[in-house]
Amino acid sequence: MTLDKKIVKNIAFLARIKVPDDSLDQISEELSDIIGWVEQLDEVVTDGVNPMTSVTELTWPRRKDLVNDGDCPEDILFNSTEPNWISDDPSKGGFFTVPKVVE
Amino acid sequence: MTSLNDLTIAAAAKGLKDGKFTSEELVVAHIDVLDEKRSLNAFITETPEIAIARAKESDIRRRSGEKLGLMDGIPIAIKDLFCTENVLTTAGSHILDGFIPTYESTVTTNLRNAGAVMLGKTNLDEFAMGSANMTSYYGPVKNPWIAQSGAKKGKHLVPGGSSGGSASAVAARIVPGALGTDTGGSIRQPASFTGIVGMKPTYGRCSRWGIVAFSSSLDQAGPLTRTVEDAAIMLGAMSGHDIKDSTSVPFDVPNFTSSLLEGVEGLKIGIPKEYSMEGMPSEIEAIWSKGRSWLEDQGAECIEVSLPHTKYALPTYYIIAPAEASSNLARYDGVRYGLRVNGETLDDMFESTRGEGFGEEVRRRILIGTYVLSAGYYDAYYIKAQKVRTLIANDFKKVFEKVDLLLTPTAPSAAFSIGEKMDDPVAMYLNDIFTVPASLAGLPAISIPSGLDGDGLPLGLHLIAKPFDELSLFRTAKILELAAEFDTKPRIAT
Repeated sequence: MTLDKKIVKNIAFLARIKVPDDSLDQISEELSDIIGWVEQLDEVVTDGVNPMTSVTELTWPRRKDLVNDGDCPEDILFNSTEPNWISDDPSKGGFFTVPKVVE
Repeated sequence: MTSLNDLTIAAAAKGLKDGKFTSEELVVAHIDVLDEKRSLNAFITETPEIAIARAKESDIRRRSGEKLGLMDGIPIAIKDLFCTENVLTTAGSHILDGFIPTYESTVTTNLRNAGAVMLGKTNLDEFAMGSANMTSYYGPVKNPWIAQSGAKKGKHLVPGGSSGGSASAVAARIVPGALGTDTGGSIRQPASFTGIVGMKPTYGRCSRWGIVAFSSSLDQAGPLTRTVEDAAIMLGAMSGHDIKDSTSVPFDVPNFTSSLLEGVEGLKIGIPKEYSMEGMPSEIEAIWSKGRSWLEDQGAECIEVSLPHTKYALPTYYIIAPAEASSNLARYDGVRYGLRVNGETLDDMFESTRGEGFGEEVRRRILIGTYVLSAGYYDAYYIKAQKVRTLIANDFKKVFEKVDLLLTPTAPSAAFSIGEKMDDPVAMYLNDIFTVPASLAGLPAISIPSGLDGDGLPLGLHLIAKPFDELSLFRTAKILELAAEFDTKPRIAT
């Protein structure tokens, strides 16, 4: 399967990764090589084989579904690029900020 | 007396116990070497102040007769994939610029509780994606070994990857032990390239909580050390059930050092015939058959076995790991931490941040992962790979009805030069051809330095055991270690 420039552009959009137009050819070639190489799996007969969901054949222990975290907004915002935590303007305090989403 | 930085974890622990030196002296000796060997670029962040403070705390604990941990006062390095409280954590990526976790990973917490002293955070392939430590935003790491002859003479070599900084630091005697992670060979392959011991425990033995996630069904933490005994000590200090990771197993941690002197008499060792690859250097074949006779000399029985799906392990891995990575790395959006590249719209900000923040190999794997998970291709690639993964795991299950362990080479070559294989992703992926199958099956495995090739570069042997049978792994590894008498020190590259 060849991943042409159109497919690459689409998966780059799905993955939200900006790919400059002038590198599309190279990326499409590299990805096609890798996909071509993994397609050797088509040789393997897998009829009736269950896809693996976990390598460990155990019944995992369950914990109680309790709130065990929270009440730490300073920690949450500690690494925020634009924290606006220490601000005189309460409307700017304690949020993550992003570009305007709605008009 | 041997210099303090040459001591193994076990010897350093004994020296501390006997009062030969203090933890502070031990740690300062290692910090001196850290300074001398900075050109290896093994560390992204050095934390000498933290190390000295924690060493002093250990000395106080010891003097006042408090209960001491398994690694009390011993310096270690931490792969920069583990979140460490108040210490920069980068995963080797630009996209985590300035990220300072407000929490500590479970494994590093366990090590800290065992008294281990963190000297710094080691360099790695970006998000642990690589086999040469070439994809780090912080630059390549040098292997302390240099070739004595051949085409690689005079060139700097890679330490392997992704735990390249940890491997280089242990081989260069900057630390006696370091923490790594292994997804498809990221502990074992660098251990082989740098002449040290690298161990990946059974999936579930160590908690993954607080480790920057790459491929969650494969990632496991493990130790890189200079001896098998040290690997057993360090694994003991790292493992254990953790309610914060639902895939960590609720088992008691055995005393991993307890089997070291048991020998291999009566053990059955499988030699998988599919691991003999066309074009494999004869030196790798030679060290493999040496390993076989070393085990036979000590009373083990070696039997040829077959793992018929071996050749499909690598392509299976390169569907599953990128698929999981594309999902795990979706969290890096520039909103909450790390790099943000501003844009007109929210999507524009996401795309610019991720386009600039991820390096080439990470971008490539996210794109592959996105593709194999996308509508219309999911069954053909992802589900197909998960089915083949079942067959690969079944191969192991079947041979483990007949044998106790498997012996293989760790890597298909010795360390190569910095810059080699960079223009061909698939050639780079082939480095992990012998380590990936055990990863896909979640099995414990270890690489033991076993000899030198014609150019004087180290080669490793690889043992794979049944799930949760680390004890057989360590006792057999110990026999190989004794037989190989590998005590060569790297001629340090500068």
